[in-house]
Amino acid sequence: MSPVQVVRRIGFYVFVALVTAFFALPMLWLVTAPFTRNPTLSVSWPDFTLGNFKHLTDDPNALPSLYNSAVLSLWTMLITVAAAALAAYALSRVRVPGRDGILYLLLLLSSVITGTSAMVPIFQLMFKLHLLDKDIGVILVMTGGLLPAAIFILKDFMDTMPKSYEESARVFGANSFQVLGHVVLPNVRPGLATIAVWAMVNVWGNFLMPFLLYRTPEKQPAAVTLNNFYTEGGQPNLALISTFSLLYSIPVVIMFLFVSRRYGFRFHGGIKA
Amino acid sequence: MAHQTAQRSLAGDVPGGGDRRQGLAFVVPALLLVTVFLILPALWTLYLGLTDYRLTGVQAAHPKVVGTANYTHALGDKDFRDALGRTLLFVLGSAIIGQNVLGFLLAWTLRSARRWARALVETLVLLAWILPGVVVAWLWIAFLKDQGGTLNAILHTPGRDWWFDHPMGSLIVFNVWRGTAFSMMLFTAALSSVPPSQLESARLAGASGWQQLRDVVLPGIRGHILTNTLLISLWTFNDFTPYLITKGEPHGASAVLPVYIYLTALPGERLGFASAISLIMLVINLLLALAYIRILRRRA
Repeated sequence: MSPVQVVRRIGFYVFVALVTAFFALPMLWLVTAPFTRNPTLSVSWPDFTLGNFKHLTDDPNALPSLYNSAVLSLWTMLITVAAAALAAYALSRVRVPGRDGILYLLLLLSSVITGTSAMVPIFQLMFKLHLLDKDIGVILVMTGGLLPAAIFILKDFMDTMPKSYEESARVFGANSFQVLGHVVLPNVRPGLATIAVWAMVNVWGNFLMPFLLYRTPEKQPAAVTLNNFYTEGGQPNLALISTFSLLYSIPVVIMFLFVSRRYGFRFHGGIKA
Repeated sequence: MAHQTAQRSLAGDVPGGGDRRQGLAFVVPALLLVTVFLILPALWTLYLGLTDYRLTGVQAAHPKVVGTANYTHALGDKDFRDALGRTLLFVLGSAIIGQNVLGFLLAWTLRSARRWARALVETLVLLAWILPGVVVAWLWIAFLKDQGGTLNAILHTPGRDWWFDHPMGSLIVFNVWRGTAFSMMLFTAALSSVPPSQLESARLAGASGWQQLRDVVLPGIRGHILTNTLLISLWTFNDFTPYLITKGEPHGASAVLPVYIYLTALPGERLGFASAISLIMLVINLLLALAYIRILRRRA
């Protein structure tokens, strides 16, 4: 190796080491604190105790809030996938005037009308519809936000499917619903899985909407509950916060691994997937 | 031709115009949900911003239309302008410069890296991106706080509260950490689309690594850079995570626009005024998104 190459190699390893440190250091706390007795904000060698998990099960809101998150995620996912599949199929197969324009407009609106810029009217709307503090309120708001991108992705998958498949089903007298259910959907399974996981991860991690729309602590999902653990002295209860953070993060990591293993990463017009 | 077969296939046994009606029926549920829960709130912002609506009191029951008073008030309001300025700093520092540059550097250097190094770095960068916002907020509180913060332990600066001393600087570093994954992935995909033959001929012509980068690679992925910049700007502009870390403290010094809107609307109970600010935010979002679509159109 020439001196230049040696310097380059060293430079490369220094860069990799710095980047690794930058990204890994803030995460250390998530793996040490849950297994440490009376953890503080500092990272220290854990005592490998499971006591914090025991305390977490004693907390009245902790585990139920994970269940609430699962319910919200599943319902939002189901409604999003169902409505998106129907709409994407129709938009992919029927010539509606200005179809692409409508689709782009919806996608535009869903990226422009974000939770933060529309939180005031959303709060208002749910108040007027008497949907504050109700699961269905949060589910519908989240679904409305996720649908445009979901339709867009799914239509992409359906466009690439040969139409001859459906035509042969027609020959045997299948109606539109049968064609959709037995021919189209099985063929776009990767697309369905993508938007299903994407919707669930989005809802599971969303803080703002449930934070705005729920009033009763028992109904709140994990994202909100995580900020409600206090000690008797009124300080944040770091033992519960760190342990709960770990439990709450695991499903996201698993879903992510599932998608990237099974279907690989695909870019869909810049949509976080 | 393709369209004709398509029409026939959805029409099924209903001859004539049944296809369009059925197609419409398929679209209705999605359209209804989007209209009520996405488009209606945006229109409502328009109306609310023209009123003096408050959460409690007389204005709650009978909001008065005050015209453009909220907008002129907002544009002249020091708190609002400060929040807007902080947000622009946040977007510029953490997204346009931070995520863009670090994302590109990662994509560029990892291209030729050993497999294990690449897998290690990519996994960590992606993990920072996929963890829920509330969790990363706590991780960064723990990382930068005064009592036992990890950074202080490394730098031997005990008792230093970075979130208090440098709220915006800390937020920018945090958001680079949080969002670089997207830029890295987009640039990795972009770099693989640069033809190796072009790089090869540049190398044969005696171009150094930097010259290859400047004259061959960067012009080749200009569209990707623009796309990436617009998307990460839009996301950073709308990010609510700063609230989870600092709640806008100390004394509003870390209140970016989303946090400012929240604090004005709910704890502050001034819904009309907050709506006016929301609309300004919607307009900025719209401009960013329209620029993005223009680029997509031109590339397609």
